[in-house]
Amino acid sequence: MANLRDHMGRPIVAVTGIGVVTSLGVGKADNWAALTSGKSGIHPITRFPVDHLNTRISGMVDFLPSSSKGASPLTYELAETAAQEAVSEAGLDSGDFGGPLFLASPPVELDWADRFSLYNSDNKESGSERLLRVARGLKELGIFETTQFGSIADRLADRFGTRGLPITLSTACASGATAIQLGVEAIRRGECDKALSIGADGSATAEALIRFSLLSALSTHNDIPEKASKPFSKDRDGFVLAEGSGALVLESLEAALARGATILGIMRGCGEKADDFHRTRSKPDGSPAIAAVRAALADAGLSEDEIDYVNAHGTSTPENDKMEHLSLSTVFGERIGSMPISSNKSMIGHTLSAAGAVEAAFSLMTMRESVIPPTINYDNPDPAIVLDVVPNRKRNAEVGTVLSNSFGFGGQNTCLVMAREPV
Amino acid sequence: MSSPRDVVITGIGLVSSLGEGPDAHWQQLTRPGVEPVLDATRFAPYTIHPLPEIDWNLQIAKRGDQRQMETWQRLGTYVAGLALDDAGIKGNDELCATMDMVVAAGGGERDEAVDSAILAASESRNDRDVLLNEKLTTELRPTLFLAQLSNLLAGNISIVHKVTGSSRTFMGEEGAGVSAVETATARIRSGQSTHVLVGGAFQTEHSDMLLGYELAGYLHRGPWRPVWQRQGAEGGGVVTGSGGAFLVLEQREHAQSRGRKIYAELGPVVSGRARRRRGELSADIAALLKQTALRAGELLTISGASGAHAATAAEKAALDANPALAVRAFSTLTGHMKEAQFPFAVALAALAVDRKASYPVFDATVEQPFGGAPSSVLATSIGYHQFEGLGLIKAAQSEGK
Repeated sequence: MANLRDHMGRPIVAVTGIGVVTSLGVGKADNWAALTSGKSGIHPITRFPVDHLNTRISGMVDFLPSSSKGASPLTYELAETAAQEAVSEAGLDSGDFGGPLFLASPPVELDWADRFSLYNSDNKESGSERLLRVARGLKELGIFETTQFGSIADRLADRFGTRGLPITLSTACASGATAIQLGVEAIRRGECDKALSIGADGSATAEALIRFSLLSALSTHNDIPEKASKPFSKDRDGFVLAEGSGALVLESLEAALARGATILGIMRGCGEKADDFHRTRSKPDGSPAIAAVRAALADAGLSEDEIDYVNAHGTSTPENDKMEHLSLSTVFGERIGSMPISSNKSMIGHTLSAAGAVEAAFSLMTMRESVIPPTINYDNPDPAIVLDVVPNRKRNAEVGTVLSNSFGFGGQNTCLVMAREPV
Repeated sequence: MSSPRDVVITGIGLVSSLGEGPDAHWQQLTRPGVEPVLDATRFAPYTIHPLPEIDWNLQIAKRGDQRQMETWQRLGTYVAGLALDDAGIKGNDELCATMDMVVAAGGGERDEAVDSAILAASESRNDRDVLLNEKLTTELRPTLFLAQLSNLLAGNISIVHKVTGSSRTFMGEEGAGVSAVETATARIRSGQSTHVLVGGAFQTEHSDMLLGYELAGYLHRGPWRPVWQRQGAEGGGVVTGSGGAFLVLEQREHAQSRGRKIYAELGPVVSGRARRRRGELSADIAALLKQTALRAGELLTISGASGAHAATAAEKAALDANPALAVRAFSTLTGHMKEAQFPFAVALAALAVDRKASYPVFDATVEQPFGGAPSSVLATSIGYHQFEGLGLIKAAQSEGK
């Protein structure tokens, strides 16, 4: 019989359901087929005009009914779609989940389309005075709810019958990993025997693109969109803004086995460490990222040489990839040159609040399928970054353990360690 | 029975229109007949409780750091600094580097001038999407994004105060504040954390912050009234205020080992998500009250009631059903501070426990007098639109008693 407690005496947390949506498609099957054939989901932007924009490509999800309806409706639909796949796979009642909900999602703001329509529905006064006066005359709650930070989770809680007050969180690009960590911790503390953790981001609006552009964070390689995201390459020039969602059903191994659920993987450990150096740059010595990786290993009860594969944060920005290499080399030492490390973002772009959850989903599939998705567009290796990035083509390999990194603006670093089998 | 893993409060940082710090708030709030600080003209027809004058340099030494934040982030970073100072943690590298953090955050301030110019131009343009690109690419200040971003309040607390153990930002109005305290408490009780910085801030002096309520008609209009007396008045009942509250929560053993003053300890912290459209809120609050294990006898209750008509009526009905509860709705004097509302309620409850005295009534027509020294105080935060939570704050037991 499997051990039900981990090295620290806590309940072991299993994954019993996985759901995912990216620009490559809806669901695990389509995503995995595309990912392992090295297909890119990055494409020209068609959702809004690209006049005046330096970046005209993205990994937006353009094929859902809510894709053109604004950030809040799309983020909800992305979350719901991934969660439905995960809960169904887990064999649980999708209207009465019965455990807590942790949602990583982008901060919300009144959408420009709504701002314009409210403003132009009247002509008295101007600026915010007019908006406020029109706002208080509204008879429907639809627009209001898109501006409430708790509304998406509230709707998901109704939809899936999750328990208690849902937590909506943001740790920037680490958000999806934090949502999983919160679920793992709740189960380990014995507060629940299952949790639904979702990362979803449908916020690739014109304003979001412009904001990242003004920070010089985005790739401007517009001509061949599928070639723009090139993590660890010498000519990488920024990340590609993208949308997507990932959802995991987490369960105590004991509860999952008791109901005969299929165990898709084990959440072995979570680690985090905040950076105090700068709002967008990491501390030059990489110490916070190093500490986050080490904390995750320690939490998992694994040593450095027990990690088979790293699912990199690998954003394709000059800064991230250099710092990630430095951090991983420090932790793994000489072994770093020979262990596989690939970046899903080379194909799906940076799904921001969803990234940690999407990449955890792909990490679990990597172990189950014994196939490592490649880092595509690796045509011009950065000589300062000597890594086995699984260049351009998938690799068949037995993978028993994965480290998945998520490093965010604002210095929020979260790492997850997953395993194929219980100990 | 005390346990080494009990959660105690060792630091309180507060800012509201009434002033800054626990002492100033205690003095103001225990002065019978204290009047609220109001500004009824700047955002007329809405009244707000404005920020007091703050010398940002006292908690954010570098001007460069101050410039990288809009007022909301600056306020939160400042209040967090007050709490760290109060707990004797500020400047202690070892304690800051191992300290966990849960911040309850909304969003920061957009550039109103840019937005207004775009809206004005939209009246004579049909290609509004192109207009947006044209204006935003040329007129947005590049660093504004970070200066308004939700998780960058926590990011700035790490940068300015060096709190780096972990950093999480919860979003979701008052519920985020409840979850932040609840999660921090659970982490300490389970031994995952020894000391956690938890709290939030709200800066209402920006039209978008008012718009966030007014898209559902939640704001009170017309002459100011106490929280409990806004039913039937013009508007939706909420009067907002700028302010913030941060708490240092600490494992009892950890606090004692470094010889810190303990304000109070945390009893149960409970949260809920009533299906309000089905009219379940009052019954759900009653159920949460039961979970906090109310005992016989009078109980001082620091209510975070917002004034929003339906939520405040439901809270009042649930509290009135327990005649032993002597309620004080502090938003009468501070205004509603959204994400900071529950941490603020917990802070005021802890102060009453620590000072062994009650607050006088904030609204004599509704609130009941409370005599004697409170050994436990209840804190509530019932969201103006969704999510609710309660916490019981108790006098700190000393070791061995």
